[in-house]
Amino acid sequence: MTTTLDQLRPGQSGQIARVEGCDGISCRLREMGFVPGEVVRFLTAAPLGDPLNCIIQGSRVALRGREARRISLVSPVPVDSSVAIASGMPQGLGEKRSAVDPIPV
Amino acid sequence: MNPQSRRVVLVGNPNTGKSTLFGVLSGLNVRTANYPGVTIEKKVGRLADPELTIELVDLPGTYSLSPRSPDELVAVEVLTGELPGEPDADLILCVVNATLLRRNLFLVSQLMELGKPVVIALNMIDAANSRGLKIDAQRLSENLGVPVFAVSASKRQGIDELRAGVVAALHEPPPVAIGKPLPAKFYEFSDDFSGRLASLAAATSGGVATKMPSRYVIERALLDRGGEAQRQIDRQLGADAGELLESTRKQIETEIGPLSELECDARYAWAKQKTDGVLGTASDSGHRATEWLDAILIHRVWGMAIFIGLMFLIFQFIYAWSGIPMDAITGTQDYLTSLVEGAMQPGTLRSLVTDGMIAGVGSVLIFLPQIAMLFLFLAILEDCGYMARAAFLVDRIMSLFGLSGKSFLPLMSSFACAVPGVMATRVIENRRDRFATILVAPFMSCSARLPVYLLLIAAFVPSVSYLGGFVSLSGLVLMAMYFVGVLVAIPTAWLLKKTLLRGEAAPFVLELPEYKVPAIGIVFSRVWEACKAFVIRAGTMIFAASIVIWASAYWPGDHTRRLELQRLIESESAEASEDQVAMWETELRAESAKLLESSVLGRIGHAIEPAVRPLGWDWKIGVGAVASFPAREVIIATLGTIYSLGGDVDEESEGLMSALQDAKWPDGRPVYNLAVALSIMVFFALCAQCVSTLLVIRRETNSWRWPIFSFVYMTGLAYLGALVTYQVTIRLIS
Repeated sequence: MTTTLDQLRPGQSGQIARVEGCDGISCRLREMGFVPGEVVRFLTAAPLGDPLNCIIQGSRVALRGREARRISLVSPVPVDSSVAIASGMPQGLGEKRSAVDPIPV
Repeated sequence: MNPQSRRVVLVGNPNTGKSTLFGVLSGLNVRTANYPGVTIEKKVGRLADPELTIELVDLPGTYSLSPRSPDELVAVEVLTGELPGEPDADLILCVVNATLLRRNLFLVSQLMELGKPVVIALNMIDAANSRGLKIDAQRLSENLGVPVFAVSASKRQGIDELRAGVVAALHEPPPVAIGKPLPAKFYEFSDDFSGRLASLAAATSGGVATKMPSRYVIERALLDRGGEAQRQIDRQLGADAGELLESTRKQIETEIGPLSELECDARYAWAKQKTDGVLGTASDSGHRATEWLDAILIHRVWGMAIFIGLMFLIFQFIYAWSGIPMDAITGTQDYLTSLVEGAMQPGTLRSLVTDGMIAGVGSVLIFLPQIAMLFLFLAILEDCGYMARAAFLVDRIMSLFGLSGKSFLPLMSSFACAVPGVMATRVIENRRDRFATILVAPFMSCSARLPVYLLLIAAFVPSVSYLGGFVSLSGLVLMAMYFVGVLVAIPTAWLLKKTLLRGEAAPFVLELPEYKVPAIGIVFSRVWEACKAFVIRAGTMIFAASIVIWASAYWPGDHTRRLELQRLIESESAEASEDQVAMWETELRAESAKLLESSVLGRIGHAIEPAVRPLGWDWKIGVGAVASFPAREVIIATLGTIYSLGGDVDEESEGLMSALQDAKWPDGRPVYNLAVALSIMVFFALCAQCVSTLLVIRRETNSWRWPIFSFVYMTGLAYLGALVTYQVTIRLIS
């Protein structure tokens, strides 16, 4: 299991491994800054638990849990095994990113 | 086009201060129109220059140029000069938010592929600096190969330099730096595809020259699966081109990588490279004040409480604060009437002016202060960044009945007016969500209903206040009327999404901008535009409707005796005895009422009376409701004219409000009471009496089916709602 953005706790950060899908919404997510390598920080959830407010590339973006689930993170929280990291890697890009350490909370 | 005229197109991400910069650069010299054939709004201003006529065109804020909706395609076509009837752009002025430089460069990289000179306005430089973010504009300009100007539109810093830079670039266009951030291999594929498309087109058309899509459209078609560019190629060149497109994509995917990741990865890598040595220390946490405010404003408990409290305060203020300017307008109206009456002898023309024009238009115009107030609050909330938070707070609730937080802004704007509200639904990419939002948007209590509520509340809701005068019953009733629309809209949207518009809810991704002090210029111009539109409506549509209503209430009928009585009362009352004058006045009232009943309007009213009696209405209200088909406010104008012509508004009365309070059934019971007032208000809360809204629904859905459907189901609901309200209230209060 890899960690996805919706599994972070308030205040936690993670580095993006990939954004699933090639439809309109995944493109919009990428355009708004959710691209592999960037660090995303989860701030708070809305009063009813959804959507989530997070910071990506310096801007605050709100997105629903369903969309956040598409964003998988390199560093599982809490720090897990290297297996999880490797399986979360997009093909052919693993060697570039496996060196990244989990970002401390 | 004049050889001395140039066109500058202003582009940028949302929340970059683009509107503020547009306002600062063009001053008050702005006109708005629509692009030919499409409903995207076009804002055009002028840049002052002694030699050139420079037109500044403002495009809607966008994160990228990958056209995914017909709207975004229009934006691209404006930029590339492909839109028929639109002159080619000479220069692209791109507004970039200095605090989010790297993400904003994504759009810049796309703009630099269009083959046009680009000038960059690095806006909000003050905010970046105050956050300890140092940006080397000179270095950025060198890296990108285009002029970069650091400005602060809100503080008017660097504007003169920017203006001079734009003018200089127009006089002597800088070399166009076409960025090619994608892998070189992609461009090979794209050129190859373009060549094969051309030969395909030549083969199928049999030698006739076919218009080929631009290089930009071809690249976009390759990159965006199912996007607008692909559709354009399909339209122009047929299914064979579509197959060729898909096979080229497959080749690209096997040789370079997944298309969906290719572009973003390349563009962000480009942005990273271009900002190398430009950006100083970066802080990812944004502004301190925003963090602090968000901790309260979107807090689990306080956030919701503040949201509800804020909405509550707005309605209280609208009600309480606008009394003074309203009194002034009533005073002016009375003064005008007395002026006309002093200058003219009683007659048909005088009746047209006082009973038709002044009573009709005046009774609508009186609500201008409230309209201004409502738009003022909406503009402030939107410009300071709270509106996006409100969407964030209510998204979960909206998703329960099948909509998303994206529907919040269109619905919230519909509280001002459903026409911009329906137009604002264009930000919703999902068609089903968009249509569901369009169909329930007219339920939001627009400013045209406000006059109806205010008049009836002032006349029939007891003036009681609680908590030491801070909370008034009138304000509470007003707020309840706004909730009626929402309460009906919720199950309607839910039903629509379960039946006619079945499908999954659209995703919700929304940027929450930094909080800022609202720009006075922007707020002022929104309020001004809204007031102007309201006054123009009152001066045209409602004016025309008032005259039609007046004419149908005046004719047919022999007005000789009535006019003679009016003359007698006005000229002889000084000499005649008091009893004589009172007799004349009683006879005048009876004569007026008789004439009104036998007029065209009176006959129509009596014909429909059986249908409106269960709602507690008399024929005058029924006629008002029917006559208000062009716009809801017309009911006020109609009642104003009816009571003025019917002789119910006499010298001492204070206009329409007291005329309503004094109106009686033939047996002497008052026509209006709380139950009747509430029933009228509920009817107008739910009905679709607004031609403009129905027409904009027709335009946006591109079919007559939806506006007809809207009208039928809303009128049905309005009748039912009014019936239930009257029957329940009358039992409660009697």
